[in-house]
Amino acid sequence: MSQETKETARRLRFEIFRFNPEDENSEPHTDVFEIDETPFMSLYIALNKIRETHDPGLQFDFACRSAICGSCGMMVNGRPALACRTLTSDLPENIQLYPLPAFKLVGDLSVDTGTWFRGMAERTEAWIHERQPFDPEAQEARMSDDLAEAIYEGDRCIECGCCVASCGVANVDSEFLAGAGLNRVARFMMDPRDQRSDGDWFDVVAGDEGVFGCLGMMACADVCPKELPLLEVYAYLRRKTLGARFVARDDKK
Amino acid sequence: MITRLETTDVLVIGGGLAGERCAIEAAAAGQEAMILSLVPPRRSHSCAAQGGMQAALANCVKAEGDSPTVHFLDTVRGSDWGADQEVANIFAEEAPVAVRELAHFGVPWSRVKGGRNHYFIKGEAVDIDEAAENDGLIGQRDFGGTAKWRACYAAAGTGHAALYAIDSEVVRLGITVRDRTEVVSLIHDGSRCLGAVVRCLRTGKYFAVMAKATVIATGGYGRIYGQYTSNATINEGTGAVIALDTGIVPLGNMEAVQFHPTTLSPSGILVTEGCRGDGGYLLDKNLHRFMVDAEPEKQELASRDVVSRHMAQCMRDGKGVDSPYGPHLWLDIRHLGEEHLRTKLLEVWDICRDFAGLNPAEELVPVRPTQHYSMGGVRVNKDGEAYSLSGLFAVGEAACWDMHGFNRLGGNSLAETLVSGRLVGRRVAEHAAGISLRADTGYAFDALAAAEKRAADWLKRSGNGPSIYDIRDAMGETMMHKVGIFRSGDELQEAVSDLAQLLDDCDNAVLRCKDPGVNPELAFALRLKGMLRLAMTVAMGARARTESRGAHFRTDFPLRNDEEWLNRTLVRWAADQPEPSFSYEPTGLIDLPPGHRGYGSDERIEMTQSIDSYNESVLDEQARHGRLASNEDMGSRLSRGAWQEFVH
Repeated sequence: MSQETKETARRLRFEIFRFNPEDENSEPHTDVFEIDETPFMSLYIALNKIRETHDPGLQFDFACRSAICGSCGMMVNGRPALACRTLTSDLPENIQLYPLPAFKLVGDLSVDTGTWFRGMAERTEAWIHERQPFDPEAQEARMSDDLAEAIYEGDRCIECGCCVASCGVANVDSEFLAGAGLNRVARFMMDPRDQRSDGDWFDVVAGDEGVFGCLGMMACADVCPKELPLLEVYAYLRRKTLGARFVARDDKK
Repeated sequence: MITRLETTDVLVIGGGLAGERCAIEAAAAGQEAMILSLVPPRRSHSCAAQGGMQAALANCVKAEGDSPTVHFLDTVRGSDWGADQEVANIFAEEAPVAVRELAHFGVPWSRVKGGRNHYFIKGEAVDIDEAAENDGLIGQRDFGGTAKWRACYAAAGTGHAALYAIDSEVVRLGITVRDRTEVVSLIHDGSRCLGAVVRCLRTGKYFAVMAKATVIATGGYGRIYGQYTSNATINEGTGAVIALDTGIVPLGNMEAVQFHPTTLSPSGILVTEGCRGDGGYLLDKNLHRFMVDAEPEKQELASRDVVSRHMAQCMRDGKGVDSPYGPHLWLDIRHLGEEHLRTKLLEVWDICRDFAGLNPAEELVPVRPTQHYSMGGVRVNKDGEAYSLSGLFAVGEAACWDMHGFNRLGGNSLAETLVSGRLVGRRVAEHAAGISLRADTGYAFDALAAAEKRAADWLKRSGNGPSIYDIRDAMGETMMHKVGIFRSGDELQEAVSDLAQLLDDCDNAVLRCKDPGVNPELAFALRLKGMLRLAMTVAMGARARTESRGAHFRTDFPLRNDEEWLNRTLVRWAADQPEPSFSYEPTGLIDLPPGHRGYGSDERIEMTQSIDSYNESVLDEQARHGRLASNEDMGSRLSRGAWQEFVH
């Protein structure tokens, strides 16, 4: 509550990227807006205030406003972040907001993550490849709680795109799976319900678009709002993929 | 270049759990399905469901003896006898299959651990030995208003895990998803629904989709409560609005609005009921557990309507904790321990850290009740088909199917999305397979032209009119403070007057942004009138219902009145009519006679009519109110009298 006892509220200066592709007169530029900071002000509150009191045409995306849906990824002072859970009190008075790179721009701060993630899901066939169809009469197959927790850990990705935007490779290669894609692959790889073989996985993840395309800069892990253990995920994928390769060679002998 | 007119077999409006599960069923049956969604489907509000999904699996010691019949009993009691009992029974019977199917699709359900487990039950630390033979089955936790531990869960991200698994199936089946699109009206010929008019939220352009079957799966209307809701910004009730605008299709029980006991103060972000299910307490400003006095039997785990009322009363009595944003109470989950909080309640841990800057293992969590769920919605029969308009269906929170009546139990809505998605999806596929899409495209082009004119009219208006955002904020204040947890005739009358004024203001509001493209101000303006109309149906429905039932509580009529109000509110309102028209249909065939819920007040006005005599008129009366014939006979899926074994 220390924020409320401050004598004078800060005046925040937002520099925001603007471009409306649907407006033939629109050119990419930045606009500056100034608003007074209020206690516990998040970028969700600040951006709505700017739109409702300064510029009603400002485009941005929020849905759950509780860091669960992943809609509001944007560049906050040069770093990808979820806007809804970013508090202005953690930022300097000058705040620069840009849309996430690597995704197609919809307008201003709004980008098309849906197309990217659907494409990734299709390329990696990110669903359970089961052996048997569902039997509505049968009791569920058993799984240890520890394994369920481990799968859930990988399942927690909210596809906000922060890792993709921060990735040096994903920004030049639109097919690169990036943190979210590689994490998704690992999540299915460790799930015993998915019957894909090591060889099947090799095709998905061993190429330049997969884990060996990663340059190891690991910005993804620095910016992930869910703090997913991406370093461990990539190590797991490399180990599993190379392991599969050696097994395949042994088979040929 | 956007195509002006498209066709598909099944058009699903809404990409949350209910809509996607329905589309999967239709696609698996060979129908071409198209999903329209405001956001990429994985960002739908289903992803925010946290604590669990109810299904009578009876997998752990505290779930022993559970069965669909006990789940049915809990659900009907929870609804305060407002539910359609046959639908509640279908639901309870099919929920276990829906949960297991999700396991098949990949949901990493938390699992039972055989051997010694440490739990907190009614304030006591308890050790229970789970049977070794149950090790690895889907785990279950306690929730409010249930006789058994029945909520299956994946940490506190159950909705997220379920939605990702279901959307994976949508991708696998190659179902077309058009994200960033918004349906603005239905296309119909007065008796058949023929599709919908859509606004693209990338370009602002309109197109029409004609379909053999159209499914509304747009979720709830919590945003008519402005900022006083746990709902996402996208839960603006568009599905209910487009149905209401037909003037043909009725909405059911719009006054039945749920307030969740524990949302974070002041942001309104949900903190799952699983916190109390796992042993968390509610405390007043003196750190006293007031729920033990109020509800000695169920304590913090009475139904949501009952707990929210006790909390609101506690704060009215001056026992709330003062804050700059008004009073709140405390949720205490410190004793559950950091390890439990960072695994089984991980999302709660994150939310406390990110949005309140606190550590719930060491500090109390500030909470207060906030609008959470819409029991009301598009009134449908047991197949999910809307009243009075063939070929229109509704599923999930958008529908009034109606298994929740006047209060939904926690964990029952996630289960409903999957159960009704599967069931209604089958009916939708059968409907689509049985007809051809032979219809006059003129209906589509007329509806398209009307939608485009509406947008053009907004942009044309000039001068100094009211701001749409001020109108939105005023609507939220009116709804929370005059159509909230405690309601009275006087305040509801004021609310109706306020909303009438706001509807006038809306007609005079002026946009400041005239930019081409999606134009976010225009996008919201196009929704605002519909939201105000929904708010009006809630306020007027609440004003007319002079009793208290479930979440609808009238301080001037505090008793449930089964003599006069054992019925469902229906409301129709054509876009060109000044006022909605209300009518009342019987709740449904009664199997479990009205009685005490087991928590809350045991006082009520009893019905004098016999159950048999009530049931005799249900079919004809509902048909007279627009109910279309269902595939199977009404009542065929009631398990008549099965409950008697469990009621003593």
